[in-house]
Amino acid sequence: MADDRQSGTAGRALMPASGAGVLPSVGPRLVTVVSLAGLLAIWWVAAILADSRVLPTPPQVAEAFWRDAATGELFFHLAMTLMRVVAAFVLAMVIGSVIGICLGMNREANRFFDPWLILFLNIPALVIIVLAYIWFGLNEAAAIGAIAVNKIPNVVVTLREGARTLDRDLEEMARVYRFSAMKTLRHVVLPQLQPYFAAASRTGISLIWKIALVVELLGRSNGVGFQINLYFQLFDVASILAYTLAFVAVMLTIEFFLVQPFEAHSTRWRPKRARG
Amino acid sequence: MSNLSKPIPPAGGPNALEVDIRAKTFRGADGEDVRAIEAIAFSVAPASFATLIGPSGCGKTTTLRIILGLDREFSGSLKLPDSGGRVAAVFQEPRLLPWRTVDDNVRLVLSDEEADGDLDDLFEILGLAEMRSRYPAELSLGLARRVALARAFAIRPSLMVLDEPFVSLDEQTATRLRALLTNVWSARPTTAVMVTHNLREAVELSDRIIFLTERPARVRGVYEIDKPRAERDSRWREATLTSIAKRYSGIL
Ligand SMILES: Nc1ncnc2c1ncn2[C@@H]1O[C@H](COP(=O)(O)OP(=O)(O)OP(=O)(O)O)[C@@H](O)[C@H]1O
Ligand SMILES: [Mg+2]
Repeated sequence: MADDRQSGTAGRALMPASGAGVLPSVGPRLVTVVSLAGLLAIWWVAAILADSRVLPTPPQVAEAFWRDAATGELFFHLAMTLMRVVAAFVLAMVIGSVIGICLGMNREANRFFDPWLILFLNIPALVIIVLAYIWFGLNEAAAIGAIAVNKIPNVVVTLREGARTLDRDLEEMARVYRFSAMKTLRHVVLPQLQPYFAAASRTGISLIWKIALVVELLGRSNGVGFQINLYFQLFDVASILAYTLAFVAVMLTIEFFLVQPFEAHSTRWRPKRARG
Repeated sequence: MSNLSKPIPPAGGPNALEVDIRAKTFRGADGEDVRAIEAIAFSVAPASFATLIGPSGCGKTTTLRIILGLDREFSGSLKLPDSGGRVAAVFQEPRLLPWRTVDDNVRLVLSDEEADGDLDDLFEILGLAEMRSRYPAELSLGLARRVALARAFAIRPSLMVLDEPFVSLDEQTATRLRALLTNVWSARPTTAVMVTHNLREAVELSDRIIFLTERPARVRGVYEIDKPRAERDSRWREATLTSIAKRYSGIL
């Protein structure tokens, strides 16, 4: 018992020194790399142990990747999916933000449309996709529209929350100094909504690309979703994983090189200590 | 300096500001009516400085909001110095846009033609020359208040409304800011209404002091000051304070 307690306090006394000293010097980048390498190792070991066609090893997946990359096929399908994701994302953000801001600023409208919103939030993605294809045909507009419609209610809810928290004081200031409607929107309203745009696009991008694959699987003849369906019928798990990982890599690249720098830029006025 | 001390087209509007609020009632959240103002009537001559003094919660901010046109639900009438002229406000809080630099905060209130104009003199006189590229979060309250003043003066308003612009500053900073306000305002006098709790401040800055009663507010009395600001030394101030305190008991 006494030993226990002693080692416990000793351990705690050591903690700050090692915790504060080693981890930051190693750097968060390296931690990420080590963590991903660990995941890869587990997969590899599991694949070797299982020794089965349905759980390929990392080299087998890499091979599938090179095979389709060399023909250019992989990049074509990635590009098609990315095009749909981007189009649906822009569409959903614009429409969802406009509706959300209107509902947040207008109590009566919000009371009336709130049930609609709850309804749309609860319609399964699959239903929207199937109905879109039935009503509008198996075409690109129906596909992109279906993805966007799935995302719009989320954007509306987030931006509505943002519009409710708009600062009355600043709005009054803008009125006294006779800001035009455009000036008020651009310099007073939108900057306040920036965190809500960020939140909506964060959850948005990951949700949208998952839905995009289903849309492609059901009614398109190209894109990552179409390819995955194809390889599913061939039972080619290595290719399925190759396509999945490739697209995840595309999305992470967008996150690191587009989303995060943009966010850092648009929040540069915040006191530094408030940032994590 | 040059810009501000040069002879400039007459500041303020051609008319006096005339406020005549007969009644102002708020509907509270519990549905009960709160009478904020019973009757407040006063006028402010063109290019003169008036101060409202009254107990906390008596309806001073409400009066200013009515003058600013932010609250139109009152009975009574209002005549602005210049119907088309611009109105500037310095609120109880600085109300700067946190995502804009000091310079942008001031420029944003200017019309598109003026927006590229030269503001060096204004920033210089208010001691903000070094601060122009900072964001409001990096400013102390005293500095933020100065930016709010700069913004108000930048538009060369025909009416200026100030709501306790120096509250919750230490006395030294407040004194400096009062001197700055006197300077900028004297360079281009415009019709001004200020609310304060500080009688010294009022005596230093005003041409006319309007005393208000407890809520619901009525005008308790009006005190006129004719002495030019430059001649208001500390002896004169003490004497004036004493005579006001004698006239309006409980005011100090
Ligand atoms: N929006 C509102 N709804 C209900 N009551 C209000 C509202 N605004 C102000 N009041 C009430 O009206 C009265 C006057 O308020 P006002 O803000 O004008 O006071 P004030 O003289 O500026 O006070 P202070 O010196 O503390 O700033 C107060 O009793 C306040 O509670
Ligand atoms: Mg007040």
